[in-house]
Amino acid sequence: MQHFIDFFSFADPNVRYVVLGNVLLSASAAMVGAFILLQKKALVGDAVSHSVLPGICAAFLFSGSKNTALMLVGAFITGWLALVTIDYIAAKSKLKKDAAIGLVLSVFFGAGMVMMTYIQQSGNAAQSGLDHFIFGKAATLIGTDLVIFSVLAAVLLIAVGLFFKAFALVAFDRPYAEALGYPVRKLDLLLTSLTVLAVVTGITAVGVVLMAAMLVTPAAAARYWTDNIRRMVAIAVAFGVFAGLAGAYISYTAPAMPTGPWMVVVSSVIAFLSFFFAPKKGIVPKLYTQRKNQRIIAEENTLKMFYHLGEQNSHFNGGRDLTELTRTREVNETLLKTTLRRLVSRQLLETKGHQWALTDAGYRKAARVVRLHRLWELYLTQYMDIAADHVHDDAETIEHIITPELERELEHQLGYPERDPHDTEIPKI
Amino acid sequence: MIIHTQEPILEVHDLTVSYSRKPVLWGIDFTLPSGCIAGIVGPNGAGKSTLLKTIMGLIPPSSGFVKLFGHPLEEVRNRVSYVPQRESVDWDFPVSVLDVVLMGRYGKVGLLRNTGTRDRSIALDCLDKVGMSPFAKRQISQLSGGQQQRVFLARALAQEADIYFMDEPFAGVDAATEQAIIGLLREMAGTGKTIVVVHHDLQSARTYFDWIILLNMHLVAAGPTEQVFTEEMVQQAYGGRLSLLSQVGDVMEKRAFPSRES
Amino acid sequence: MIAFWIILTGALVAITCGLLGCFLILRKMSMVGDAISHAVLPGIVIAFLLSGSRETLPMLLGAGATGLLATFLIEYFHRRANLQTDAAIGVTFTFLFAIGIILISVFAGKVDLDQDCVLYGEIAYVPIDLWVTANGTILGPRPVYILAAVLLIVVLFIKLGYKELKLTSFDPAFASALGISTALWHYLLMAAVSLTTVSSFESVGAILVIAFLIGPPATAYLLTHELKHMLAITVVLGVFISFAGYWMAYWLNASIAGCMAVITGVCFAAAFGYQRARNMNKARMSEGLPPAGQAAG
Repeated sequence: MQHFIDFFSFADPNVRYVVLGNVLLSASAAMVGAFILLQKKALVGDAVSHSVLPGICAAFLFSGSKNTALMLVGAFITGWLALVTIDYIAAKSKLKKDAAIGLVLSVFFGAGMVMMTYIQQSGNAAQSGLDHFIFGKAATLIGTDLVIFSVLAAVLLIAVGLFFKAFALVAFDRPYAEALGYPVRKLDLLLTSLTVLAVVTGITAVGVVLMAAMLVTPAAAARYWTDNIRRMVAIAVAFGVFAGLAGAYISYTAPAMPTGPWMVVVSSVIAFLSFFFAPKKGIVPKLYTQRKNQRIIAEENTLKMFYHLGEQNSHFNGGRDLTELTRTREVNETLLKTTLRRLVSRQLLETKGHQWALTDAGYRKAARVVRLHRLWELYLTQYMDIAADHVHDDAETIEHIITPELERELEHQLGYPERDPHDTEIPKI
Repeated sequence: MIIHTQEPILEVHDLTVSYSRKPVLWGIDFTLPSGCIAGIVGPNGAGKSTLLKTIMGLIPPSSGFVKLFGHPLEEVRNRVSYVPQRESVDWDFPVSVLDVVLMGRYGKVGLLRNTGTRDRSIALDCLDKVGMSPFAKRQISQLSGGQQQRVFLARALAQEADIYFMDEPFAGVDAATEQAIIGLLREMAGTGKTIVVVHHDLQSARTYFDWIILLNMHLVAAGPTEQVFTEEMVQQAYGGRLSLLSQVGDVMEKRAFPSRES
Repeated sequence: MIAFWIILTGALVAITCGLLGCFLILRKMSMVGDAISHAVLPGIVIAFLLSGSRETLPMLLGAGATGLLATFLIEYFHRRANLQTDAAIGVTFTFLFAIGIILISVFAGKVDLDQDCVLYGEIAYVPIDLWVTANGTILGPRPVYILAAVLLIVVLFIKLGYKELKLTSFDPAFASALGISTALWHYLLMAAVSLTTVSSFESVGAILVIAFLIGPPATAYLLTHELKHMLAITVVLGVFISFAGYWMAYWLNASIAGCMAVITGVCFAAAFGYQRARNMNKARMSEGLPPAGQAAG
């Protein structure tokens, strides 16, 4: 707890620097990442982050010292060059984009490795710590670096803010954006540059391999919570910021822990939770909906049994026992029993000793299901020319999902019919 | 109007097909006699290619079944040939024209064995039939659209099947190729082969096909061309009175509802 | 002799990766190799912690397990959660790699490993890792034997499944219509890629594995229109790159793996330039102009 208070009071200037740096870089990366993801260029971030290595080394070879600003310029140049090369190869040869990405990524990084070993052999004392660029070292952010990062992050935020609408449109519907006269190619180039900038900003903290995650993972997670692009960007940024804070906090409490990888792990866990549990799109809610649908089907089918039995002697509220029910329709007896119990608790059925009977509400619900079944059968025979003996199975499903609006339209199109194709009465409610 | 046939070579029974729970084909039910050229005709988005892919077992149906020669597909695969849409493959793939045609023999050759000289001479024969033998050694990226289609046709011929399913073989080909292909199909039908073609042009459909399957998410009509290919039926298929059907489909997709109980 | 073993190791990896890479790039799945080669890190760390040594077998098992876990997760998120493939790849491999780095940091005292070895490999140390039999005979570097065995398996796999690999890559719909299982061949290929990546990264590192998986096949793809020639050119290129890369590293006194990756890039650039020049000349000729070289005359 003491750790927690110490950390979040931000009294320690080191903590302040690290936290601010982390938050800025993860927020800007997540924001740009949202557009990259929507344009299906998630792996481009991976290519850029590997490709900045030769630029960093070249800047070092050139200046002979670890001048942060110069190295960032070098990184920006080779990262940008890599993206342009990928696009050029994909456009001017039959090679596909994914192969171009892999090729450029490995060759650029290879060149960086060659330069790095060359520098190491040169014996320049200043070179120690150069490999922080490869694996990242967020905890060593210092004041002057932080100013540079803040400026870069601010540039990113402002640029994305200014071009938000255009980026959103291009990501969503490229041909339409072109038709509207948007300078799509220039916007692509701008997004490319912003991507490189985001990578360059983050690389010292998380390193080349994990930088791709800072771009893509929060955006991928955010995609599961909304279909609105503004909200998606906001959620991605929020996830990024949370991951940045969590990473800094973990390595504050346990100094042996590396900040960058923890940021990625936290962000991945958020993404996994989103894949599984996000409402509507997540795996678990989908399974839940399926189970709920099965339950609705079982309940409505059971009510229908009572209606069909009632139809035989025009006595819809009569009590029925288990044997009578199972005779009308083949059902699993345990499923039937639980469904009966549920219907009783919802007051659609009432118990009479060992028998069950429809309540008034239950009767209305049962009649509606039968009515929809017969209306749909009629629709299939009249509008889709399906033979009357083929329509039952289809109607068995559709009866459960027709909304009141669709019901009205169905009735209207069929001219308010009285009888179904098998010449039985369509119940009215 | 659905006219069934006795002793059908193809039987499609109550077939419902869904993409992510949204039904795109509803209760398709028809039969086909052997030795005919049948056209699957309907507007864009009617589910023509989906029907063909479901018959070929490439998409699992939500309900219903397909029988060929009175058997499920698995038992008669060797007698069935399929021509996918031309755009479905990457024509930059590093293979020659003859290589592609030889692929038609892979089903007969079996696992882990290579095509032999007999397969090769069959493949060359088939190339000859479509007028492509001078191109045998050519790389496939150097072909025109019509030539690509002829190569696909030659590959189907090399399968030596009894029933052929072709997905839009006339799309984007030149007039000469179209005539050559239909001539070849007639010749094949003459020797008792059955050919099912997905087609989108109403004008030529009347002259090309002797059996028509008129489709728009559901089966509008199926039967001999002169009986079912009437103004009224075409109007029904292209008239778009089916908003209710797609609305119900949308609800099923949104609520992730199964297209069949169970 | 040291040079010989290093070049041989490089060539073995280049050939094995290249042969499989041909099918990967034709199936538009190049980045899966990237994902697997990074995802092995946590596997080798855990294997090291459990076995307490750098024995080859536990390392291979650990790396193989997380490599397959990565392919499984990518497939699972893509199918069940509808996540786009590129994002599935990006999220999965970075997560596994981050776990690997954290494990290394936590057990820093106990693990004689660092993240560098995964990225760079240690090809320079291959000649030292000798296989000595019980009676003291030295049979040469152990990795060479392992890599040769993997190459043999891969060659056999491609030889026996050539027909099916070719067809399922070119026209999966037609393959399924013939009754050939596209899913089966997909997973066989993935298994072969995993095996290759896992056995190679220790010697050459993740980056060079990616370079070898994609570089030579991409170069060969530009140079030929025939799959068999593409495979053959890939093999020749692999040997050449290994040789030239070693020579360049010797000359510059720099990273061997890095130099091999650079040579891979140079080869591709040459092929790309050649192809562009040829296409431009063709375009000029079709416009009735003489080829570029003769224009001045």
